[in-house]
Amino acid sequence: MDFLSLKKEALTEWNDLLNGSVPVIMVGNATCGRSAGALSLIKGLNSEILTRNLDCKVLEVGCIGMCYHEPIVSIYNPGKPLIVYGNVHENDIEKLLEAHFNKNEIIIENIIGTIGDNKLNDINSLFDNPVMKPQERLVLNNCGIIDPTNLNHYLANKGYSGLQEAFQLSSQKVIERIKESGLRGRGGAGFPTWKKWQFCKDQKSDIKYLICNADEGDPGAFMNRSLIEGDPHSLIEGMIIAAYAIGANTGYIYCRAEYPLALERLRLAISQAEQNNLLGEDVLGSGFNFKIKIKEGAGAFVCGEETALIASIEGKRGMPRPRPPFPAIAGLRSKPTIINNVETLVAVARIMQNEPGWFSKFGTEKSKGTKTFALVGKVKNTGLIEVPMGITLKEIIYNIGGGISGDKKIKAVQTGGPSGGCVPANMIDLRVDYESLTEAGTIMGSGGLVVMDEDNCMVDVAKYFIDFAHKESCGECAPCRLGTKQMLDILEDIVSGKGTMEDLKLLEDLGKGIKNGSLCGLGQTAPNPVLTTIRYFKDEYIEHIQNKRCPSKVCKELIFYDILPDKCTGCHICFKVCPASAISGDPKELHKIDQSLCIKCGMCMDKCPEKFSAIDVYPGNKVLED
Amino acid sequence: MERSEILKQFEPANENMLNILHALQNNNSQNYLSEEDIKIAANYLNTTYSHIYGVVTYYTMFSLKPRGKYIIRVCNSPVCNMENSTKVIEEIKRFLSIEVGETTDDKRFTLELSECLGRCGKAPGMMINEDVIGNLDNVDFKSIFENYN
Repeated sequence: MDFLSLKKEALTEWNDLLNGSVPVIMVGNATCGRSAGALSLIKGLNSEILTRNLDCKVLEVGCIGMCYHEPIVSIYNPGKPLIVYGNVHENDIEKLLEAHFNKNEIIIENIIGTIGDNKLNDINSLFDNPVMKPQERLVLNNCGIIDPTNLNHYLANKGYSGLQEAFQLSSQKVIERIKESGLRGRGGAGFPTWKKWQFCKDQKSDIKYLICNADEGDPGAFMNRSLIEGDPHSLIEGMIIAAYAIGANTGYIYCRAEYPLALERLRLAISQAEQNNLLGEDVLGSGFNFKIKIKEGAGAFVCGEETALIASIEGKRGMPRPRPPFPAIAGLRSKPTIINNVETLVAVARIMQNEPGWFSKFGTEKSKGTKTFALVGKVKNTGLIEVPMGITLKEIIYNIGGGISGDKKIKAVQTGGPSGGCVPANMIDLRVDYESLTEAGTIMGSGGLVVMDEDNCMVDVAKYFIDFAHKESCGECAPCRLGTKQMLDILEDIVSGKGTMEDLKLLEDLGKGIKNGSLCGLGQTAPNPVLTTIRYFKDEYIEHIQNKRCPSKVCKELIFYDILPDKCTGCHICFKVCPASAISGDPKELHKIDQSLCIKCGMCMDKCPEKFSAIDVYPGNKVLED
Repeated sequence: MERSEILKQFEPANENMLNILHALQNNNSQNYLSEEDIKIAANYLNTTYSHIYGVVTYYTMFSLKPRGKYIIRVCNSPVCNMENSTKVIEEIKRFLSIEVGETTDDKRFTLELSECLGRCGKAPGMMINEDVIGNLDNVDFKSIFENYN
């Protein structure tokens, strides 16, 4: 079937779905939905529909980004807009179906918003919700809206029209369209996409490769997973366009094995594309041949580095090699190879689906378009977001994220994962673009945005990141292999009260050495979380070193638990739960913690009945304080 | 399934090495790569035992030790840690009476820690084989684990 007929058929199906006479129930069934119980919800929904003998369709869609509202269920009744409900659980099914199918009502409490042209009473459109309003969904526009397993849904939403457009142009003209868009690599480094492509295109070689890097491993990042799970065909379209531009006939998607659902969705999407002449020989009659193979990782963070990724595909230990030559000149099997991130390639599809100038309308002068982020940590609204470049951290955290959970005070924002840094609270007016973040000592990174509050100890956070880098170091370069271990040892000393002031200087020296002496991005950036926390939170380090206190009450060696004599009623619960037998006292008598036996597990404080709240935790050491 | 049947699904090319090792490990009832698995893979890919051994030991998802039917991977990356994954790990250890890296006596569960699983919106989280479970700070582990027999 030719493209126009494919599209026509798809449009008919799509229009019938959301304007048709049959009600539709959509359930967010990406991994975040599933981890909140979407699978059992769907099972319950289907059986209740059967019991009630209802005529309606149940569709599984991707993630709309509001993780804190999962599981999300949307219901379409003919003539009404799609009504989106949040936090729907199995025991809500009967109530929902009763309201929508028997009483022609809606259930106000759980509604997040509506989608569609029709208005319903005074319920706001989902996209007017304060969480959604500051967002610009250029890349994520299909996620949570279409069924990712249905090619027709994608086709009906401009799907593969970007490819059709690209095939009308020469490959050089496609590169120019990407240049005009201002798109820069979304994997973190921000290198202009067109320039990389041009290097590769200009290479004389009968074989070239395109690789999609879906080995998303930064702690706190899941943008690529959600994007693939919710809209896999966008990635495939972007890959075909990129391959056409550089002249590659084989593409690889290197995806981490920890993402089984994303892999399943990709396999299905590739087979659908093959069946419809969107992949394979003579794609859409253009004369261009392209096939895509999937390669699963096996749990090695460094494989996200491009030369390590290539080694991994070649069936070797995934270790980096020196550049140059850059992969665009000599990559996979020494052939010119382009490696692009998932988000970059989806952005390519969108740029080609829309008119020239569309993408560059968004963003700042040097950072065009939008960026997806995984907004996690201590914000009220965690989830997947997409914002125009140049938005401030403050807008992201307080408008989209709804502020800090428990209304505590914000302490820091971490961007760029283990390669990035922590920006302190007084800098949250910082703009999110490549240049501003680098100037502040962190990086854009692939899109993890971890918000920390006053309960987070920055020394502990730094220790965690360096521990991560140490474990994930491939071991090739001594400065990274041994240096990260030394930094970890020093930080462990500091968090256990054995640190000295000289350690701070040593950490900084080691950090500089590791940055200068490592081959790949992992080593070159591994010290960043430590260096930025020393830069912005030196007081906390000093408090640990000189006063042996962890002000955030996190580092076990530098805190103590104590029983408040005026509140303890001798209920004896703490005595029973203490795994170290560190609590003494007879029932109805005042209890006491033996500090020399206490292992600081915090069980006593957790289990002390709320009405008494007789146990608290303090920074420092009780014996010393007394 | 016979190992030869598994190998047949892949071209004997080095680029299929990780996929082949995953398939062999998934097929092994004890969830690991035995000496025999590695030998057969080396033979099929026309490479040495030591080369494959090097690859297997490089990647954390491959195991050279027999493991339980279900691998529990608790995410221990900074975001889950901020949301109290340490406590989750302690509770699971207590519940299953094993340490990290060990397998329960009935060979049902092996407890492992993992770097970020990418489910940070529902932290702390874990995977049991391919299932993902989030918001672990307030769950009844008994009701979770009894689904895995």
